[in-house]
Amino acid sequence: MKMSFRLRAAVVSVALLITMLAAWHIATAGVGQTQAMDPEYAKLMGLTATQGKSAMPGPLDVAKILGGHLADPFYVKGPNDQGIGIQLGYSIGRVALGFGLAVLVAVPLGFLIGLSPLFRQALDPFIQVMRPVSPLAWMPLALYTIKDSAISSIFVIFICSVWPMLTNTAFAVANVRKEWLNVSRTLEVGTFRTIFRVILPAAAPTILTGMRISISIAWLVIVAAEMLVGGTGIGYFVWNEWNNLSIANVINAILFIGVIGMLLDQLLGFLTRLVTFTE
Amino acid sequence: MSLFKNPFDTKTDLSACPCGAHRTLGEHNAELALLQRDQQLAVAADEEKRLTNAVDQAVVRALIPDDMTRRRVLHTIGAGTLLAAIEQFFPLATAREVFAQDKGPLEKKDLKVGFIAITCATPIIMAHPMGFYSKHGLNVDVIKTAGWAVIRDKTINKEYDAAHMLSPMPLAITTGSGSNPIPYTMPAVENINGQAITLAMKHKDKRDPKSWKGFKLAVPFDYSMHNYLLRYYLAEHGIDPDTDVQIRAVPPPEMVANLRADNIDGFLAPDPVNQRAVYDGVGFIHLLTKEIWDGHPCCAFAASQEFVTTNPNTYRALLRAIIEATAYATKAENRKQIAEAIAPAAYLNQPVTVVEQVLTGTYADGLGNIKRVPDRIDFAPFPWQSFGIWILTQMKRWGQLKGDVDYQKVAEQVFLATDTAKLMQDVGLTPPSSPYKTFSVMGKQFDPSKPTDYINSFKIKRV
Repeated sequence: MKMSFRLRAAVVSVALLITMLAAWHIATAGVGQTQAMDPEYAKLMGLTATQGKSAMPGPLDVAKILGGHLADPFYVKGPNDQGIGIQLGYSIGRVALGFGLAVLVAVPLGFLIGLSPLFRQALDPFIQVMRPVSPLAWMPLALYTIKDSAISSIFVIFICSVWPMLTNTAFAVANVRKEWLNVSRTLEVGTFRTIFRVILPAAAPTILTGMRISISIAWLVIVAAEMLVGGTGIGYFVWNEWNNLSIANVINAILFIGVIGMLLDQLLGFLTRLVTFTE
Repeated sequence: MSLFKNPFDTKTDLSACPCGAHRTLGEHNAELALLQRDQQLAVAADEEKRLTNAVDQAVVRALIPDDMTRRRVLHTIGAGTLLAAIEQFFPLATAREVFAQDKGPLEKKDLKVGFIAITCATPIIMAHPMGFYSKHGLNVDVIKTAGWAVIRDKTINKEYDAAHMLSPMPLAITTGSGSNPIPYTMPAVENINGQAITLAMKHKDKRDPKSWKGFKLAVPFDYSMHNYLLRYYLAEHGIDPDTDVQIRAVPPPEMVANLRADNIDGFLAPDPVNQRAVYDGVGFIHLLTKEIWDGHPCCAFAASQEFVTTNPNTYRALLRAIIEATAYATKAENRKQIAEAIAPAAYLNQPVTVVEQVLTGTYADGLGNIKRVPDRIDFAPFPWQSFGIWILTQMKRWGQLKGDVDYQKVAEQVFLATDTAKLMQDVGLTPPSSPYKTFSVMGKQFDPSKPTDYINSFKIKRV
């Protein structure tokens, strides 16, 4: 019997997953009562201290909590305790806003830089200096100057996701095939028409690749930003559970962050394929 | 159930009142008369009279809580006589006056109050689930915040109307240490005592601080009682806190994890962090800070001076709610209930048993002993101005405060004792007659009138 390549890959994936979970389960299993303890004293202590339960949760603990989150993802118990669905919603909303603003700034600016060698030279030092700055370094400055934590976290997303889009757009615009531009010039096409009918379609795949990199960065940054300012979002959730030393919940959050990040990436990947053309 | 009473039932009393809520028709009529009187007063729309009436009613209800008895008394002697009788021993007029003064219209009903998830914030937190804010007509959101610097920024940015702060913070903000100087006020101390020094299990034989050279210790914030108490304790044992050990500012939630990972040797931290370290088996409680200074203040309730002056009624209502919550938290018999109210995910997000051990003072010390210290943490709202001066002396001693400082002036500007004293009286607490008192820290007397002499008396200092 000959399995298709895809099926074989899937089988290997599942086998890997099972091995990993089993290893995890065995590694974190408790060792039972560790030492004789006064029962009254033991009542005041946690399971780690009394039963030698590993401080690291096993896959079953994580699955149990995951089930709880999925069963009721949208509950609201005051501003400090809301369901995982709501927290993810806040984070996605912030990313969408910050990323959207970044697109609005990066694409036109990228065009300008791509079209004008003078601007490219003039702006280059600024871009080079700003690009490697970590979101955590921006946060205190944003909080201090903007004086609003929600807008600050959106600003941080914006400032961190703007650079890949900007450089990719500039690169794509600057590298449109000379033949195409020459043809449009021969046909005496106007400037705006050239931009929208020749340059934009030619540069679109590269611009979208830049966006794809940016959205991954934005999603990376939001967790850090929300951990710092607190309140709502998946970053706050991670911080709140870290506060409680609930590693099982932190692992759950990592899972959710991974899945949403993948979905966002796939979405942009799909858009890239839409605008890609074959020559 | 029949609409009419069964006249053939031996248990039916046909002379009983028609509404069924009273035993006799007479009682019914007496109640009705009182109700009519209320209505007349209400229609009269005279604000003062209505207030008076509300106070009278409240007083009567409070004095004769049993409904039956109250109605019987009213029935026999009448409302007027009763009030006259009450006036003999209860200052009704004063109560009316105070009530009318303090209950002006609230300038702002929806408030945001920030807090850090530690037991020091107990009164601020519990006032939410236990209804102390709503009782005063306030709709307060208590918002969990990630760290002290964020609390500071968010209150300065006016995202929060008021906040849980470390008691040195309003002093630091006002004097401009570590931020721009902004006039801040601290009308109430949240908790006294309630911190501990916790060490990693491997140090259980090193109980003498003289053997702590080279230790890495953590405190929650530079401008904190934790930092000053730890420095004081180390210096009294001849350890220079700046050169012999390393003191780092670490957010409380990360302390236990760092202790487990062997990144730090111990910490002086607010609870429930200490108890959580014991609960998880990674540390033991070396000593409670009440053994360094019994009755020391720690956290505080703070608001900007701007908030106080622009929203005086709201501020008073908020402060009154906090003081009432504090008075409630002082009582040992309420502590278990409070622990249950503040342990859930929306507030402290800790196991109930951990919070309960802190609040009741019956706790595991991490070395196998059960300790019973009922005043391990206590709640006393009065902002002693001498506490403020002590904090300023330590800020000066460790080089946080530069130049000449008028200790008394700053302490009086920030620690608002007058309002608090008045509101404490209202809720049945006894405020002290003067905001200054002497006390001793590790056996050394502090005289608030001689702060400079006090600083100069220390061998280890950075002045």
